[in-house]
Amino acid sequence: MPSITRADVAHLARLSRLALGDDELDQMAGELEVIIGAVARVSEIAGADVPPTSHSVPLTNVFRADVVAPSLSPEAALSGAPVAEDQRFRVPRMLDEE
Amino acid sequence: MGDLTRLTAAQTAAVVASGEASAVDVTRAHLERIDTVDTSVHAFLHVDVEGALTAAANVDAKRAAGEHLGALAGVPLALKDVLTMNGVPTTCGSKILEGWRPPYDSTVVRKLREADVVIVGKTNMDEFAMGSSTENSAYGVTRNPWDLNRIPGGSSGGSSAAVAGFEAPLAIGTDTGGSIRQPAAVTGIVGVKPTYGAVSRYGLIAFSSSLDQAGPFARTVFDAALLHAAIAGHDPLDSTSIDAPVPDVVAAAQHADVRGLRVGVVRELNGAGYDAGVRQRFSEAVDLLAELGASVGEVSCPHFDYAMPAYYLIAPSECSSNLARFDAMRFGLRIGDDGAHSAEEVMALTRAAGFGAEVKRRIMLGTYALSSGYYDAYYGSAQKVRTLITRDFAAAFENFDVLVSPTTPTTAFPIGERTDDPLKMYLADLDTIPSNLAGNAAMSLPCGLSPDDGLPVGFQVMAPAMADDRLYRVGAALEAALNDRWGAPLIDQAPAL
Repeated sequence: MPSITRADVAHLARLSRLALGDDELDQMAGELEVIIGAVARVSEIAGADVPPTSHSVPLTNVFRADVVAPSLSPEAALSGAPVAEDQRFRVPRMLDEE
Repeated sequence: MGDLTRLTAAQTAAVVASGEASAVDVTRAHLERIDTVDTSVHAFLHVDVEGALTAAANVDAKRAAGEHLGALAGVPLALKDVLTMNGVPTTCGSKILEGWRPPYDSTVVRKLREADVVIVGKTNMDEFAMGSSTENSAYGVTRNPWDLNRIPGGSSGGSSAAVAGFEAPLAIGTDTGGSIRQPAAVTGIVGVKPTYGAVSRYGLIAFSSSLDQAGPFARTVFDAALLHAAIAGHDPLDSTSIDAPVPDVVAAAQHADVRGLRVGVVRELNGAGYDAGVRQRFSEAVDLLAELGASVGEVSCPHFDYAMPAYYLIAPSECSSNLARFDAMRFGLRIGDDGAHSAEEVMALTRAAGFGAEVKRRIMLGTYALSSGYYDAYYGSAQKVRTLITRDFAAAFENFDVLVSPTTPTTAFPIGERTDDPLKMYLADLDTIPSNLAGNAAMSLPCGLSPDDGLPVGFQVMAPAMADDRLYRVGAALEAALNDRWGAPLIDQAPAL
């Protein structure tokens, strides 16, 4: 059972795009350790001969005919946008300035 | 006309169809009831007064014009705030979606409108449906109408409380690990998780896509069947929607006969950790099924003991992926967009401010379980357990038509009792999770009040995938026999609010 260090939690927070404070990181480290300790026993019965199940129903690609159908207007699609401009979502800068 | 809020959904539809009461009268009666009791229950996050009255007036106009009315025409319904409804605030119990008004209807809402149902509002829930008590809502707790100091179950606790509190005869919930059945159990009403894929997930804000399923809450088995029939069916907008006829659940609910039916009591879903009062009421109900002519036996599902750990790896893994869409770019909250922060920083600041503790915990847990080096041991193993549980069900259903268990190990626990202990909270879903992992159908219906504390106990019936009708046949038979024994429906014993 690997123990969850504070550095591990900070790494997970970065991957999860969660800007957690120091207190939250400390608390989360303890809680995740306990939860993972409780769920790790799944490996006890997961033999190599058991196939995994991702879904209870068979999954197949679903296609529709390539015809124009009613869809959201640009106004409706942008209605929840934090900031919109020229019929587009306006977002903060994506790249660092060189 | 007596108190319109005390009618069943079937009775309500009948009085509206006959003209004894108008749909507007029925809606007003429920809006008044909500006004009176919801300050203490807090089942609703948003009451859509205008929309409900407009929908009701449309039903009355259709009736006046002699047009065909749906089976649930004029019946008020409370909608869990996880389903989108065009123009009506939809928060999922989260600050990250505060104020968001979706620009489209979920398929469930579209079907409810087609059935002439009157949607009165959106109900409280654990944030993103993660929880078993509705205490994880960002908008305050919902209280159990049987005892206002106790939880109404979760995550669909607003929906269960609304129906148990006579604020609406029907509600929609969603069930990922028990979030319809457990709230139904602890509030003394009927709740059904249909077969996975039976009800479209289009417009259902995803928590764990391979497990999420919407379904009905009602105060009677027959009402639940009417609502089930209204919302189920194939939908090309959901790639996991099952393209097959919906079992005739309404006919099954009218066929209350279990003679010759083989009922398997699941050994692993009982015993240590279960309240004595829950065990007593459950075993009395099993005896009653035998008296009614069912053939009752015990069955072992040895891998069910691993369902809870498998669930708490699979559901967080899927949620860590699904909730990536809350990125502060296209809808919802945006924090830190001041020109100094990059898009990635704005994302992380927004998610940290907008998500509550349980949601963060599950995103982190899922990210961990999916990370390289741990994937096989955690997520991979959990998927194998899912196979073993599905095989347990298949073997049990070779010898039994339905399986039964208590719905949850305890009655409603006091508000605040488990909030500091996530693992203890997770135990509330011990009996319900296996059916989500296998995708089969399951129902909870009330089987009495616990002699320990006078609170409702839930009886769970499980049936194979696409055999949802069996739930209603067993549920209707048991409900009728219990009502005979009690002299009146259990819900009549709930205290006045």
